[in-house]
Amino acid sequence: MPNLDATFSALADPTRRAILARLALGEATVMELAQPFEMTQPAVSRHLKVLEGAGLIVRRVEGTKRPCRLAPDGIAGVDQWLAMLRQALAKNYERLDDVLATMQPEERKDRP
Amino acid sequence: MSKMTIKTEGDRHVVVTRRFAAPPEAVYRAHTEPSLVQKWMLGPDGWTMPVCINEARPGGKIRYEWTNGKGGGFHLTGEFVELVPFSRIVHVERMHLPDPCPDNHVETTFQPDGTGTLMTMRMTLPDAQTRAAMLASGMEHGMEASYVRLETMI
Repeated sequence: MPNLDATFSALADPTRRAILARLALGEATVMELAQPFEMTQPAVSRHLKVLEGAGLIVRRVEGTKRPCRLAPDGIAGVDQWLAMLRQALAKNYERLDDVLATMQPEERKDRP
Repeated sequence: MSKMTIKTEGDRHVVVTRRFAAPPEAVYRAHTEPSLVQKWMLGPDGWTMPVCINEARPGGKIRYEWTNGKGGGFHLTGEFVELVPFSRIVHVERMHLPDPCPDNHVETTFQPDGTGTLMTMRMTLPDAQTRAAMLASGMEHGMEASYVRLETMI
């Protein structure tokens, strides 16, 4: 699993999230990514470097091009973390319900 | 009745609400007494909080350490700013993973709601970017990463 600090700072930028959404549709070159985002190729390259460093995308060499695509493991790592945190809050409060019930024994008797 | 809501507010806030079937005094105590906090603020199954320091007074220290019993763990540190028994807690906290994450300023209120309590936890992050990163970590909006994954599976 990639370093989650790097992953989250990579995801904090809306352009990089948009690039990831574009790459979800399939592999793309820097030139193909630069067009819809109306960005220069060096600017796109900088974003790609951050995403690559965070383990969210992988790049391969094809002649002079370096097309990039989503790194399934990187996304899965984030996704696992997301799911864990969402569940953690809900789980905490379910547990708190139980703790509160033991603190209120007289109220419990009133319930069916 | 007990459903949790999470929403964003402005650029830097996240607001969580939850109803509990116990009066504000009990919910407040469950947030401030270490022996009670250790019973529920545990995250996923299998995790425990062997260290829980909760000095519930203005300027008092907070330190929570979690472990999964298999060598995995992380901790949170913070300070209390203001406490109004049994209605309001203001504190600052930061996760250490293991480097400290940006400060999260948290105001938690406990309002009577029938025979129970409506808890509202309002988090304030230092800037919009930090909140975006936090949202990316599972708080409702900012779920692009999951959508991306969903799209790859379709």
